[in-house]
Amino acid sequence: MNFLIEAFKPACSISIKFSDGKTRKRVPIKRENGQTLLAPLFRNQENIAGKITIEPHQGKRIEHNGVKVELLGQIEMYLDRGNFYDFTSLVRELDVPGDIYERTTYPFEFSMVEMPYETYNGVNVRLRYVLKVTVSRNYGGSIIEYLNFLVHNYSPPPSINTSIKMEVGIEDCLHIEFEYNKSKYHLKDVIIGKIYYFLVKIKIKTMDIEIRRRESTVTGATNHVETETLAKFELMDGAPVRGESIPVRLFLSPYELTPTHRNINNKFSVKYYLNLVLVDEEGLRYFKQQQITIYRLPLQDT
Amino acid sequence: MIADGVEDEEKWLAAGIAGLQQNAFYMHRALDSNNIRDALKYSAQMLSELRTSRLSPHKYYELYMRAFDELRKLEMFFKEETRRGCSIVDLYELVQHAGNILPRLYLLCTVGSVYIKSKEAPAKDVLKDLVEMCRGIQHPVRGLFLRSYLAQVSRDKLPDIGSEYEGDADTVVDAVEFVLQNFTEMNKLWVRMQHQGPAREKEKREKERSELRDLVGKNLHVLSQIEGIDLDMYKETVLPRVLEQVVNCKDEIAQYYLMDCIIQVFPDEYHLQTLDVLLGAFPQLQPTVDIKTVLSRLMERLSNYAASSADVLPEFLQVEAFSKLNNAIGKVIEAQPDMPILGVITLYSSLLTFTLHVHPDRLDYADQVLGACVKKLSGKEKLEDKKATKQIVALLSAPLDKYNDIVTALKLSNYPRVMEYLDSETNKVMATVIIQSIMKNKTRISTADRVEALFELIKGLIKDLDDAFHDEVDEDDFKEEQNSVARLIQLLHSDDPEEMFKIICTVRKHILGGGPKRLPFTVPPLVFSSLKLVRQLQGQEENPFGEEESTTPKKIFQVLNQTVETLSNIPAPELALQLFLQCAEAANDCDLEPVAYEFFTQAYILYEEEISDSRAQVTAIHLIIGTLQRMHVFGVENRDTLTHKATGYSAKLLKKPDQCRAVYACSHLFWVDDQDNVKDGERVLLCLKRALRIANAAQQMSNAARGSAGSVTLFVEILNKYLYFFEKGNPQITVAAIQSLIELITTEMHSDSSTPDPAADAFFASTLRYMEFQKQKGGAIGEKYEPIKV
Repeated sequence: MNFLIEAFKPACSISIKFSDGKTRKRVPIKRENGQTLLAPLFRNQENIAGKITIEPHQGKRIEHNGVKVELLGQIEMYLDRGNFYDFTSLVRELDVPGDIYERTTYPFEFSMVEMPYETYNGVNVRLRYVLKVTVSRNYGGSIIEYLNFLVHNYSPPPSINTSIKMEVGIEDCLHIEFEYNKSKYHLKDVIIGKIYYFLVKIKIKTMDIEIRRRESTVTGATNHVETETLAKFELMDGAPVRGESIPVRLFLSPYELTPTHRNINNKFSVKYYLNLVLVDEEGLRYFKQQQITIYRLPLQDT
Repeated sequence: MIADGVEDEEKWLAAGIAGLQQNAFYMHRALDSNNIRDALKYSAQMLSELRTSRLSPHKYYELYMRAFDELRKLEMFFKEETRRGCSIVDLYELVQHAGNILPRLYLLCTVGSVYIKSKEAPAKDVLKDLVEMCRGIQHPVRGLFLRSYLAQVSRDKLPDIGSEYEGDADTVVDAVEFVLQNFTEMNKLWVRMQHQGPAREKEKREKERSELRDLVGKNLHVLSQIEGIDLDMYKETVLPRVLEQVVNCKDEIAQYYLMDCIIQVFPDEYHLQTLDVLLGAFPQLQPTVDIKTVLSRLMERLSNYAASSADVLPEFLQVEAFSKLNNAIGKVIEAQPDMPILGVITLYSSLLTFTLHVHPDRLDYADQVLGACVKKLSGKEKLEDKKATKQIVALLSAPLDKYNDIVTALKLSNYPRVMEYLDSETNKVMATVIIQSIMKNKTRISTADRVEALFELIKGLIKDLDDAFHDEVDEDDFKEEQNSVARLIQLLHSDDPEEMFKIICTVRKHILGGGPKRLPFTVPPLVFSSLKLVRQLQGQEENPFGEEESTTPKKIFQVLNQTVETLSNIPAPELALQLFLQCAEAANDCDLEPVAYEFFTQAYILYEEEISDSRAQVTAIHLIIGTLQRMHVFGVENRDTLTHKATGYSAKLLKKPDQCRAVYACSHLFWVDDQDNVKDGERVLLCLKRALRIANAAQQMSNAARGSAGSVTLFVEILNKYLYFFEKGNPQITVAAIQSLIELITTEMHSDSSTPDPAADAFFASTLRYMEFQKQKGGAIGEKYEPIKV
């Protein structure tokens, strides 16, 4: 029995270590099974270097056609039968075909890697970066090991960041003006604003503000849009009268937001909206949606 | 349905409390294990119970108080947490992550309180943020409670002067700003309640609102306790802002309550110094607001303030408090055309009380108030409203109570004009009040002018005011009233005869219109009062200054004659007769024979023409005899005429015993001890003999009619007369006559037909004992009696 198990075990164990693995920041990442694990975090155009160690089991000899490490940037569309599109693919050959008898360590380095997109885990789409080590063999199949890592890209504070201000209403029924202090918010930002009531003829029960994420994916010729409400925040309780002004102060930090992604590799976009919702006593909802841009400032990785 | 509603409410409250307690339990557990995230989560859930709309304010309060207690514990925890190094700023942000606004804001206020205490940020900034954020609650009840919570946790943390939270210069402005803003928002919410919900539940809503009013008023209380608010700031900022809110909210309940609040919570001297501003707000209030009560309370407070110390009085003068109040009342009345007359009078009544307290020396103010009141009343019918008339009585009584002196009130020219608007009933009440005041204070009213004014005031008692229909007056009440008028007349007095005479004439003028029912009460005191004057004059030289105009007894008697005459017309002949006789006696003392004779004549005429009742005749004749006996002014001729008449009347009385007694009484008319010219022994004897004859006749009549002789009382009485004149030395009364009379009586007593009469027997026995006693006494009298055998 023991022998049998031995037979199906991979012939060797492969470990991938980043050279700055001890100091590099690690952030939690959600896996398909729902568990979270900590993965190292990189930025665009960083050098990705490390060591790959291959250790054959119990002194076995591994005959191979070569050892290589690839750095892949992949977009996975769930609606397209899980197809991957690699938008980045870099290869380093680590060894020429031959045999490995003992524990062997290969250093590798990808320098100034172009990783223009952030890691993203959406409803219909996933963008991930992975290191893939392949020990190619003719028989028994190649031995492959993956290592996921994350990429976050920082944006400088936008030079133009106008407020969002708008008057909306239903004639002779409801007339409000809302104002959010900016149109672009970083991930730990706080939305400050106010809603001013010019005219209220309906009996409003509550007013909420929602943060909605719109994820649109392109698969072939079809466009798919998925909208999620990430935050529902009550702004007002009760019926206001003409002239009231209701403050808005919404901290973004409690919510799992990502930066806005625009047309990532022609595959998908992620946009954020602030949705102001008024509910009247009969349960009717009146709402107005405004797009906002979310960006990541440095040191906002958790 | 309604009962169900109440039951349901109980159920909802119970459920709310249960939910609250459960989450509080988890919260405590989290607190114990220092798990701040869980603590916040459960406290938010706990506070979510306060999001209910199902409870009435009363029940909601119960729930709120429980939450309040829990929040105190949470606050303690936050405090410890910051001591352990947790950043209060982070905490302040953290609580704002809560998705529901109500729990979020309760938590924010709680942390905010700790934040201020930590002094990591200026108190004013935190307060400003809190009060702004609370705008998110637009539901009236929930908003009021939340803001009340904010007011509660912040009240000891205001950046007041001398407070540890006082920041740089002028931070008290921030404290004031904060409280004012919270107040304004709360009031808006409170007023809004009125307009939400179905119209049929208006009453219920108003009840609920009144339950909540103290939450709003508390802000004013907090304001009043901010040390840093000096008069200037109060004048420039606090009061105008509060009033602006009060006026602009255009809500009856709020305006009434808040105006009252302002008056009650802020110090009197502030009110005094800001009267303009404060009073300026009143005319702008809704026309339905019960301004009178509020204004009255203000005036009451100011009155008490004035009474508290004499030092503050100059302040009142300086700010012209009276004229300002007066103006304000005028404006209020103008602004509220629908104000019931009761309100108007109440206002003026309060103003009058105020001016009486504050400016007791300024009668013109009081008169001004009354004048304004008259102006308002004019053009209206007499008041029907019971409350309003009551209020007028209070208004009119105020000066009396204050000055304890009707004389002062009489100087108020508008006083009687106000009284004119009372119905006759109330007019009487008021008149009685006035008289009682006079009597209580023994006020001397000593000029005719004042008497004139006074009678003008109490004319409700003096005559029937409206000839129209009036209700049956209770006899006892009427007597009571008229007796008090009579007492009043007695009290009028002046040492100056001239003036006194004028007073008498004035009173006379007034009372003569009183009608048959009143005259018998009012004429006698007037007559006696006049007679008092006569006696006063009698002591002096007549006409000491030789002036034509001066008062002489003659003049007075003329007046009296006419006065008493009115009584005979009512008719009240007995009373008139008595008064005539009184006058005659007074005239006698003044040596005015013709006058006295005239009075007697009047009395005789009355006797002949008006007094027909036999019993009344007996009384009258004895009065006449008694009076006539004492007259010394008459010459022989006049006297003869009068005595002759009197004797004649006596003999014509109906009943024999009455005749007999009258006749023997007449004997005195011929024998007056101190008048030597009136000692006609013969006619005395004639009278007595005649009396005896009548007594005899009476005896026989009785015998014939009843079969038994009457009592011997008459004989014994006559015997006594004999003895009297015998002692006085009337020569016609002899021992023999007495002796035979005694025998006669003895015989009569022992005759078979006589009826036993123990009283008569005793009378006779004591008469005999008297004679025995006189004998034993010896001396001249003893000697005289000696010959009589008993």
